[in-house]
Amino acid sequence: MPDLGKYAEAVLSSYAISLGLIVALVVLSVLRARKVKAQLAEVEARSKTGGKAQEQADG
Amino acid sequence: MSSIWEYANPKKFIATTDRLLPWVSALALGLMVLGLVWGFFFTPDDFRQGSTVKIIYIHVPSAMMAINAWAMMLVASMVWIVRRHHVSALAARAAAPIGAVMTVIALATGAIWGQPMWGTWWEWDPRLTSFLILFLFYLGYIALWSAIEDDDTAADLTSILCLVGSVFALLSRYAVNFWNQGLHQGASVLRASALAGDTEERVSNIFATPLFISMAGFLMLFIALVFLRTQTEIRARRMRALLARERMQ
Repeated sequence: MPDLGKYAEAVLSSYAISLGLIVALVVLSVLRARKVKAQLAEVEARSKTGGKAQEQADG
Repeated sequence: MSSIWEYANPKKFIATTDRLLPWVSALALGLMVLGLVWGFFFTPDDFRQGSTVKIIYIHVPSAMMAINAWAMMLVASMVWIVRRHHVSALAARAAAPIGAVMTVIALATGAIWGQPMWGTWWEWDPRLTSFLILFLFYLGYIALWSAIEDDDTAADLTSILCLVGSVFALLSRYAVNFWNQGLHQGASVLRASALAGDTEERVSNIFATPLFISMAGFLMLFIALVFLRTQTEIRARRMRALLARERMQ
């Protein structure tokens, strides 16, 4: 750890805030990506089965 | 020869960015770790600013990306207005929260750096003020997308907002040149005379090398997040369309 002297608080808090925000942004982006991907797969599967059932009912 | 407009096809965009995403993410992580670790642990203190100079490795890249994110959103918005490609509108939407976070980081680290150097957290200086307004534009842009249900209308209105906000993105970069006042210093990293080798004008090499690596890392992080978040927006849009079709049946 380098000797940051009297400015240690300013330097360390800058890094902590910035890295915290970046990590939060990355984590939230990844979590939302996974959630939306799973939800879309579910809706697509439902619309396919719904479509087939409709075709059978029509046929 | 393939055209860039092929990527306006959502499937093609997702397939291509899926292949690129691991590489861009790894590059972003590698460059950011290298730049920040080098800057934090292995550079000396500045003779005037002491150890606060280490804030430069976060402050400058985040400020650069705050402005460049808006520039990317502007280009994507113009593509939407002219060619009506949904992927470009969704890419602009995806980039906005990243740009907003970069603006917050630049403002916060600037305030923390300013307190010991200028004796104040904040000053209504042209550059700081235009950056704050840019942040408010980011919030307005994100809110407008969320407030309008119809995607195409939202894309139209946010594109216009993006065009207006570009004035402040430009001011954030060049305010120091337009108004020669305020506490914030002028450009010293990417200034033409500095790049030409004028040592009086530029950041010393001992600080500049890790700074450029950190800037490249932030750029790669932005690209990786735009890829990921645009994929998410494309999927969310498709899901909304399928759910609307379900409701109509």
